[in-house]
Amino acid sequence: MDRIVYYDRGDSGYPERMKPFSGMPQGIYVKGRLPKEELPSAAIVGGRACSAYGREQARRFARELAAAGVQIISGLASGVDAAAHQGALEGGGATFAVLGCGVNICYPRENYPLMEKILEQEGGVLSEFSPGERPLAWHFPQRNRIISALSDLVLVVEARNKSGALITADYALEQGKSVYALPGRVNDPLSEGSNGLIAQGAGIAVHPSALLEELSASGKWRLSQAADREACQEKDGAKEFMGMVPGTGRKLTPREQHILQALRGGSHTLEELHRVSGVPVPELTALLVGLQLEGLLCEEGKNAYYLRER
Amino acid sequence: MFCRIWSMVIHGVEAVPVRVEADVSDGMPMFTIVGYVSAQVREAQDRVRTALRNMGIVLPPKRIVINLAPADIRKDGPRFDLPIAAAVLLAIGRIPPKSLEETMMIGELGLNGDVQAVNGVLSSVLKARETGMKACILPRANLAEGKQARMEETWGISSLKELLAYCCGEKPAQEIPGPQDEQEAVCPGEEFPAQEEDFDDILGQEGVKRAALISACGFHNLLFLGPPGSGKSMAARRIPTILPPMTREEQLEVTRLYSIAGLLPSGQPLIQKRPFRAPHHSITAHALVGGGRFPSPGEITLAHRGVLFLDELPEMSRKVLELLRQPLEEHQILISRQEGTYLFPAAFVLVAAMNPCPCGYYPDRTRCRCTDGEISRYLGKISQAFLDRMDLCTEVPAVSCETLMSQGNAKRREGMTSAQMRRIVACAREAQQERYSGSRQRFNSELTAAQIEKFCPLTPEASRMMEKAYDSLGLSARGFHRVLKVARTIADMEGSGTIGTAQVGEALCFRSMDKKIWRV
Repeated sequence: MDRIVYYDRGDSGYPERMKPFSGMPQGIYVKGRLPKEELPSAAIVGGRACSAYGREQARRFARELAAAGVQIISGLASGVDAAAHQGALEGGGATFAVLGCGVNICYPRENYPLMEKILEQEGGVLSEFSPGERPLAWHFPQRNRIISALSDLVLVVEARNKSGALITADYALEQGKSVYALPGRVNDPLSEGSNGLIAQGAGIAVHPSALLEELSASGKWRLSQAADREACQEKDGAKEFMGMVPGTGRKLTPREQHILQALRGGSHTLEELHRVSGVPVPELTALLVGLQLEGLLCEEGKNAYYLRER
Repeated sequence: MFCRIWSMVIHGVEAVPVRVEADVSDGMPMFTIVGYVSAQVREAQDRVRTALRNMGIVLPPKRIVINLAPADIRKDGPRFDLPIAAAVLLAIGRIPPKSLEETMMIGELGLNGDVQAVNGVLSSVLKARETGMKACILPRANLAEGKQARMEETWGISSLKELLAYCCGEKPAQEIPGPQDEQEAVCPGEEFPAQEEDFDDILGQEGVKRAALISACGFHNLLFLGPPGSGKSMAARRIPTILPPMTREEQLEVTRLYSIAGLLPSGQPLIQKRPFRAPHHSITAHALVGGGRFPSPGEITLAHRGVLFLDELPEMSRKVLELLRQPLEEHQILISRQEGTYLFPAAFVLVAAMNPCPCGYYPDRTRCRCTDGEISRYLGKISQAFLDRMDLCTEVPAVSCETLMSQGNAKRREGMTSAQMRRIVACAREAQQERYSGSRQRFNSELTAAQIEKFCPLTPEASRMMEKAYDSLGLSARGFHRVLKVARTIADMEGSGTIGTAQVGEALCFRSMDKKIWRV
C-alpha cells in the first residue's frame, strides 16, 4: 500500500506547474508520485459515455505520447479517461490521475485495477481533497483546474455539449495552455463539444505526432525518438497498405481486407458488415473472430466490432 | 360382498395403479369413501348415488364402504367416479362378476349417468398396458387420446348404461368423436397457426436467422440482445417453424404432459408439433418450474421437446431465473415435497430476449445515455452462471430504413424461408441421430464433457484457435465446451465430420455474452 503524502503550497514538493496560478489548492494529497517537472505532460480528457472510436483514439494518443516520454494526466473516470490511462500504461509511460475524492477512495470502483497499475508503473494519484472525502458531484468540475494546470497541453476526446472535459479546456485556456480536440463526425452528439472547440480555434488532433511537435516546438523538452516515431508511423501505414497483420506478418486475404474496409467505413454490427461487404454470414462470423483473435478488432457489446488502433 | 376395480392416479407425470374396493354389508345405511382422498373424490359418493338412481338403480339400504388403495398416495380429481360406480354395481350384483377383471377405468360421472372426460388419460392407459391389464374403459371423449397408447382393448363409453351393456358382452361403439384430421392439429400455447409465420417475413437480420438455424439444428439455447423493436420476439416466434418434427415417442411424451395438465385441446388426441411456450415475465417460480403442495408441471415441463421463450429476461425475478439453471443442465426437474419427490421432464430449448441496457440502445452511444453503473446493474440481474448456459447469443440490431423499404422487391427474397431452413435442420438432425443411435442423447446440446472429446474432433488449426480464444476471450470451462458443441452442430449442418476453423470461428462469434469482457 502506497503512503499518502501531503504537499503544502509552500513545500518544495508542491508541483511547480501549479504555483503560478491563482485558485490552486492550499495543498495536495498524493499517493505514488507527482508528475516530473523535467518531462512534458499532456492531459487527455473526455466523456464518460464514449463510443469505441473515442475510447480507441484516446488509448492510441495516450500510448504514442507516453512512448515518446510524455506524462499523461487524466481524471480516472470511466470512458475516455480510463482509456487514456490505459493507453499510457501500454506505451510504457507514467500516468497521473487527479481525483474528485480522497486519494484513498477509488471512484468509480471498477477502475481499481487500473489505479493499481498506475501506481505500479511509477505514476500517481493525486487530489486536493483530504483522504476519506466522498466523490461529490461538485468536486469533479473543480479538480479539472488541476488537471489542466499539471499539463502542458490538453487533448479533448469526445465531449458532449456540456461535458466536464470542456471545463478542463476552459481552465487550460485561462492558464495559457494549448488545447487540442479530436475531430468527430459533425452529426455525432458525442463529439459536439470537441468539434465545437475546433470551431473556436483549438488544435486539431489528426495524429499524435501533431501533439508531439507542438510539445517539442516550445524547445523546453527533448522528446525521445520523436523522429523515429514518425518513421515508425509511416512504416505502420505502409504495412496496412500491404495488407499485413502487424506482429505476425501474415498477409490479409482479400475478404478480410474487404471486412476491414467496411469497418473503417462505419459499419459495426454483424448485419451491417454482411450488407456492406457481401460476405455470407457463416463465413463472416469466422473471419471476424479470426481478426479479433489476432488483435485487429475488438468486440463491444455483442456482435458489434470496432477496429483496434495500433 | 367385496369386489375390486382397477383405476389409475396421476403422481407427478406417472400414473400409479389404484385398487378401488367396494364392500356392501348389513348395518346402518351409509356410503363411506376412505383411502387418503381429496374432497373432490369424497364428493363422488353423491354423484355416484344420484347417477345410479337416475338410471333406475336404487342402492340398497346397506352399509357401503369404498377404499382406494394404496392408501399412502393422495387421490385427487373426479377420475374415480366411474370406477367407484362400477365397484358398487359389482358389489350389489348388478354387473356379472369377472366381467371387469383386469380392467382399468377412469371417468367422471354426471348426475344423469353420463361419463365425462378427465385429464391424464394417456399416462393411465400407457401404465395399464405396461402392468399387463387386459382392457381399459375410458370416457368416450378421451377415447382418441387413449387409443394413442395402442392398447388392444381400449373402449370408450359415454354413459353408465353403456358400461352395463359392456359387462353383458356388448362392445361399445368405436367411432372416435370430434375431428379426425391429425394433420390439422395445432400446437397448444401457440397463438397463431404456423403457416402464417415464416423466417422469410424477417427482413435482413441474416446473422439472427443463422443463429436461429444453428439453435434449431442442435437444440442449443439462444439469447437475443438488441434494442426495442428490432425483431427479437419476431425471430423467436419463428423458431418452431424450423424445428425438426417430433418422433412418435416424443409426441407421446408431450401429449402425456399436456393431458395431465389438462391442456390437451379437444379434438386433438396427439400433439404433433413441438410446443412453444412464451410465459410473461411476471411468472412465479412455481408456475415456471412446477410446484404446489402436490406438484403440477410448470412452463418448463410444458415446453418439453419444444421451445421456452422468455422475453425481457432482466425483468424477470432473479430468483425465478436462477431456478432454470439446474433444469437447463439436467433436462428434468426434481421437485421434493413432504409427500415425496416428483420428477418432471424438461428437455426444452431456451430462447431468451433482452435489451443490452435499460434504454436498449447500448453500444450505440449516440442514443444510449445509460451510465456504466446503470448498464452493469441491469445486466447484473442475470448471473454469469445463467449466461454460461446459453450456447448461442447474438445481437439483433435495429433494422435500417433501407432494409424495410426493400420489402416487396426481389432483394427481399434473398433470405432463406422456413422451408429451406427446415431442410438444413433435417440434414443436421439425421447426422446427429446416426451418431447418437443407441445412446440417450438426441442433440449435440446434450453432450457430456467426455462425449465432447469423443464426438468433436478438431483439426490442428481449429484447436490452436480454441486455445487462443480460451486465453484472450476469457471463456469459462463450461463456455469452452458450449462452443465445441455449437461447432459440432455447424459441422453437422455442412455434413462435415471434423470441425475446422470456420466452424469454431462461427461458434465463437455466437458464443454467449460475457459480462467481464462486455466493456473492452
